[in-house]
Amino acid sequence: MASFTKITSHAVVIPAENIDTDQIIPARFLKVIDKNGLGKSLFCDWRYLSDGTDNPDFPLNFSASQGAEILIAGDNFGCGSSREHAPWALVGWGIRVVISTSFADIFKGNSLKNGLLPVVVSADVHQKLLAAQRADPKAQISVDLANTTLTLPDGSTTKFPIDAFAQHCLLNGIDQLGYILSFDEKIKAYESGHPLTN
Amino acid sequence: MAKTLFEKIWNDHVVVEEPARPAVIYIDLHLIHEVTSPQAFAGLRTRGLKVRRADRTVATMDHSTPTTPKALQVIDDQARAQLSQLEKNCAEFGIRLFALGDAKNGIVHVVGPERGFTQPGMTIVCGDSHTSTHGAFGSLAFGIGTSEVEHVLASQCLLQSKPKTMEIRIDGTLSPLVTAKDIILAVIAKIGTGGGTGYVLEYTGSAIRALDMEARMTVCNMSIEAGARAGLIAPDEKTFEYVKGREFAPKGADWDAALARWKQLPSDPGAKYDTVVTLDANTIEPMITYGTHPGMAVPVTQTLPAASDFSAGSDRQNFEKAMTYMGLQGGRPLLGHKVDVVFVGSCTNGRISDLRLAASILKGRHVAPGVRALIVPGSQEVKRQAEAEGLDRIFTDAGAEWREAGCSMCIAMNGDQLSPGQYAVSTSNRNFEGRQGKGGRTFLASPATAAASAVTGKVTDVRTLAAV
Ligand code: SF4
Repeated sequence: MASFTKITSHAVVIPAENIDTDQIIPARFLKVIDKNGLGKSLFCDWRYLSDGTDNPDFPLNFSASQGAEILIAGDNFGCGSSREHAPWALVGWGIRVVISTSFADIFKGNSLKNGLLPVVVSADVHQKLLAAQRADPKAQISVDLANTTLTLPDGSTTKFPIDAFAQHCLLNGIDQLGYILSFDEKIKAYESGHPLTN
Repeated sequence: MAKTLFEKIWNDHVVVEEPARPAVIYIDLHLIHEVTSPQAFAGLRTRGLKVRRADRTVATMDHSTPTTPKALQVIDDQARAQLSQLEKNCAEFGIRLFALGDAKNGIVHVVGPERGFTQPGMTIVCGDSHTSTHGAFGSLAFGIGTSEVEHVLASQCLLQSKPKTMEIRIDGTLSPLVTAKDIILAVIAKIGTGGGTGYVLEYTGSAIRALDMEARMTVCNMSIEAGARAGLIAPDEKTFEYVKGREFAPKGADWDAALARWKQLPSDPGAKYDTVVTLDANTIEPMITYGTHPGMAVPVTQTLPAASDFSAGSDRQNFEKAMTYMGLQGGRPLLGHKVDVVFVGSCTNGRISDLRLAASILKGRHVAPGVRALIVPGSQEVKRQAEAEGLDRIFTDAGAEWREAGCSMCIAMNGDQLSPGQYAVSTSNRNFEGRQGKGGRTFLASPATAAASAVTGKVTDVRTLAAV
């Protein structure tokens, strides 16, 4: 996994709350057997009109949104299914950070394993970010993972919470499976004490 | 110290616990299906790893399998490739697979309990959020992403930070025709779709104890719709009775030993939960969702909220956005609203007791003209049982479609789907925009409410259906 340090970018804003994984990537795109190529289907049912052309009213299609690496969304982002296709699609489009007031558990875990950083902010900071982005769609936001700070376009900073282990893995590009497998002896010991009985 | 059911299972599965690190916990049972596993197997191959415990891994095909009777045509080449990939992966790594056409095939969360894989006290994972279903047996069961599927395949372990616990205590007695589905919709309406985030829920109380195992599965199934990591119900005699004798349940002396262990699992008297929520079963009515997430639910007899009931700001915007998508007006009743499709099935309500309930409503009645009703059993075993009881005839005589087992219109990956603008009363678990087909609009409800609505062609309070 690529390591993650600091991202400075303008943001795309999709303000709806409870954006579920069926919106992020509808189920009909889950019939793939690899992780690549999902970016074009990100938010498919909101992003394209029924004739397949871009919906000009959807934020991802705004010209100012192009190249954004940060997504700002409403509360409880990523609720619904466990599909890791959701972070794959976001990363496939170019998003590296999602900012919201809260995230669904499984989505958060999946994101962290794919170099996508979920940043939880207070409602107050969220409002400030939305206002700044409204005033200037190219306003720059910085996310510094090592220091867990978010810098708003006005230069003010705020801390964001992150699980220390997830931070460590992201910063150093550490693969969690490798970490688990380093406990092979302990797993063996556990297994010998807990035989399968069915 | 007094411990909760969750703490007992957790403590029993910790392999490594170090400060400031998530715990490494052991997984007893890993269920897999075609949609969320291919990339995990690809990852194993890239790293040159094996499946550590193929004997603790079970696969089924369900999400994109066809349910049309007879001509089992997989919808497209992509779905076919995904199904055959699962077949290859299982063959290569020696994993038991209930493939399409197998007599034991079905939805992963129906097959696990039905075959006796699901047992009290286990840790169970699957690359599917409704893995919470298995918590009905007093097992810690939760959905994981594909990276984690790879972790478990390779190591039989998972990194987990310890969740908090929430007791959801439901005392009292349900009224006739009020079901487990109504309980869980009432719970989600109360705590909200994010209300369970970071928690494992334990459902307790006399109303829960009174439920049979299938109804308990319905409750636990939708724990994820409240954002919870998992939902649990303490095992009791009903649980043991259900598991006993099933194909993969322990036998003989192993059974006795297992039973002795399982009896230790229920939360100790005085065990503390981080949060407690209570509901009164006596007051729960048949519930129905009207919006675009499962928390937007009301008793079917009640008028819908109006925009003015929400504080200005995001709450009101969410409500208005949902009502626009659903083509509904706030402040009006949902009762009597037209219905195009009725879907009875899914891992929430596709078990034999659900089909019996739907059949008891449809018996001697007919699906309203213009309404399409699909009855999709959760597994081939459920299908056989239903046919042995003659339920299939009741459904077809009533003008409903009797289908093969699978996820079907719950997720609309296999071609069973709503057309844009159509309204469905569905016994599944998600009413998200487009979940049952692009532009489709879903009202989630119990099998009783769904069947009654099929008969009238309108959203119906099953309790008011005239006797036949
Ligand atoms: S029935 Fe629906 S919720 Fe259940 S496993 Fe299948 S797709 Fe998921």
